[in-house]
Amino acid sequence: MRKFVDRTFVVLSLSATVIILSMLFLIIGNIAYHGTERLSWEFITSNPENGMTAGGIFPAIYGTVLLVLLMSLAAVPFGVLVAIYFAEYARAESRLYRWTRMAVNNLAGVPSIVFGLFGLGFFIQSIGKAIDQTFYPGRLLYAQPSILWAAMTMAVLTLPVVIITVEETLRAVPTEYREASLALGATRLQTVFRVVLPQAWSGVMTGAILAISRGAGEVAPVLFTGAAYFLPRYPSHPADQFMHLGYHIWVLTTQSTNVETTKPLLYSTVFVLLVLTFLLNITAILIRNRMRKWATR
Amino acid sequence: MPLVWGTSDGATILSPFRAPYTWQPVSTEPKYNVFPLILGTLKVTLIAMLLGTPLALAAALYTAEFAPARLREWIKPAIELLAGIPSVVLGSFALMVLATWVQDAFGLVYRLNAFTAGIALAFAIIPIIYTISEDALTAVPRLYREASLALGASKAQTAVRVVMPAAIPGIFAAIILGFGRAIGETMIVLMVSGNSAILSLDPGLPVRTLSATIAAEMAEVVVGSGHYRILFFIGVLLFLITATLNWAGDRFNRRLREKLFGSA
Repeated sequence: MRKFVDRTFVVLSLSATVIILSMLFLIIGNIAYHGTERLSWEFITSNPENGMTAGGIFPAIYGTVLLVLLMSLAAVPFGVLVAIYFAEYARAESRLYRWTRMAVNNLAGVPSIVFGLFGLGFFIQSIGKAIDQTFYPGRLLYAQPSILWAAMTMAVLTLPVVIITVEETLRAVPTEYREASLALGATRLQTVFRVVLPQAWSGVMTGAILAISRGAGEVAPVLFTGAAYFLPRYPSHPADQFMHLGYHIWVLTTQSTNVETTKPLLYSTVFVLLVLTFLLNITAILIRNRMRKWATR
Repeated sequence: MPLVWGTSDGATILSPFRAPYTWQPVSTEPKYNVFPLILGTLKVTLIAMLLGTPLALAAALYTAEFAPARLREWIKPAIELLAGIPSVVLGSFALMVLATWVQDAFGLVYRLNAFTAGIALAFAIIPIIYTISEDALTAVPRLYREASLALGASKAQTAVRVVMPAAIPGIFAAIILGFGRAIGETMIVLMVSGNSAILSLDPGLPVRTLSATIAAEMAEVVVGSGHYRILFFIGVLLFLITATLNWAGDRFNRRLREKLFGSA
């Protein structure tokens, strides 16, 4: 009897695992099966046509890449500096450390739509408006949704990812390295930037890649901070709007006038986004695994 | 924050709580009561939690306690891969494939409803609950298990009577953080829930959540109007709810470490 109960228990928990994994394969399989039907080099490199019922998705890919590049330019240096403060300078009992630590932890759990609101209220309606009033009086340039503000919003969203990943790597750098450097007469600043940070390079890379993967996949923060339904030309100015892969998927699924003709296009777009985020995530995991092995050696 | 915003439609900070209990922001006499939205959010979240939590916890228990080491190395990254799927992708899958299946299987009148949205949302929270609770179970020192097994307990008994109780603060943390994620998740519910603010407990009806309301209405709203401010108010509400849940989750996680290792 006891053996039967035990066995049942193990089988039940195993079946839960199998259910989750099969859901995962079902989603990926379905998207891969339907998504590769219409997928071609042309689809990736051409513009949408006939009100999104034909053509490709190049402007959306271009917009997404530009968005994550601008985002990384803001989020990575800032995140690395905060991580350096956390791992190298902060004292656990200092008030500044405790407050910033709490802020970073909290930021990581804020819903992405709230970041969108923040972007609209802070970047567009406050900073953008101030820029317009100061430098472009009477014109509406920065006080409206644009790729710049969408990227800044996304940077705030991905900041905790960068900080936490980089900090973890910095802490994994052996103390002896720092001691050796300091003993040779290097200052603390020199030690951090010449000795510790180069050792933690893989962590900076992982943090950046994870942030990019998150930034490429999130849609809620760009809904009203800069993403556009359709644009006849590519963004070339920070105040331009842009097309975005995830936003494009949302547009195709919910605003399509002819579901049957857009469905293959939609599946291919979803497939492209999925492959993109998976590749980024897998790269990050591989770098992190190598780094962990190195750290425990 | 001013109590009266001085907006053209006379909306105040109290408007979201005033009768009648309807959300009709775009009408000649706009009604801003958030109660239907809160009920809708809770309805979808609860369905997702009821479906997702047992699956995620059982899978975490299997991975941490019963799975052979080599299998374990595959299960965990695979489920974490689920966390890497963008929510707009989950949403479009649910909209195109899942919604039809669920409608046919349960004979529902509406294709998009709270139940389908709850199932789709479960996909998003399973990896979170799984990862955090699996970490908590793995953090339980091996000594606990060895002592229990040495006393003649079976592996299943050890898992349920010794390891799970030891890891319970971490499991609470996992559930709370999963709950927080479910409440804030936007794209999935925006795409699959049907988006009608109906005040009802029926899971088969379309529903509108707090997050989806912001996402759907913010782009078309007049800056500075009562509607605009009340959408920001909903954002503050979401922020406060998730911040509280994160704080509680953090506390439980810290308690786990205190319990197992004597310090945070």
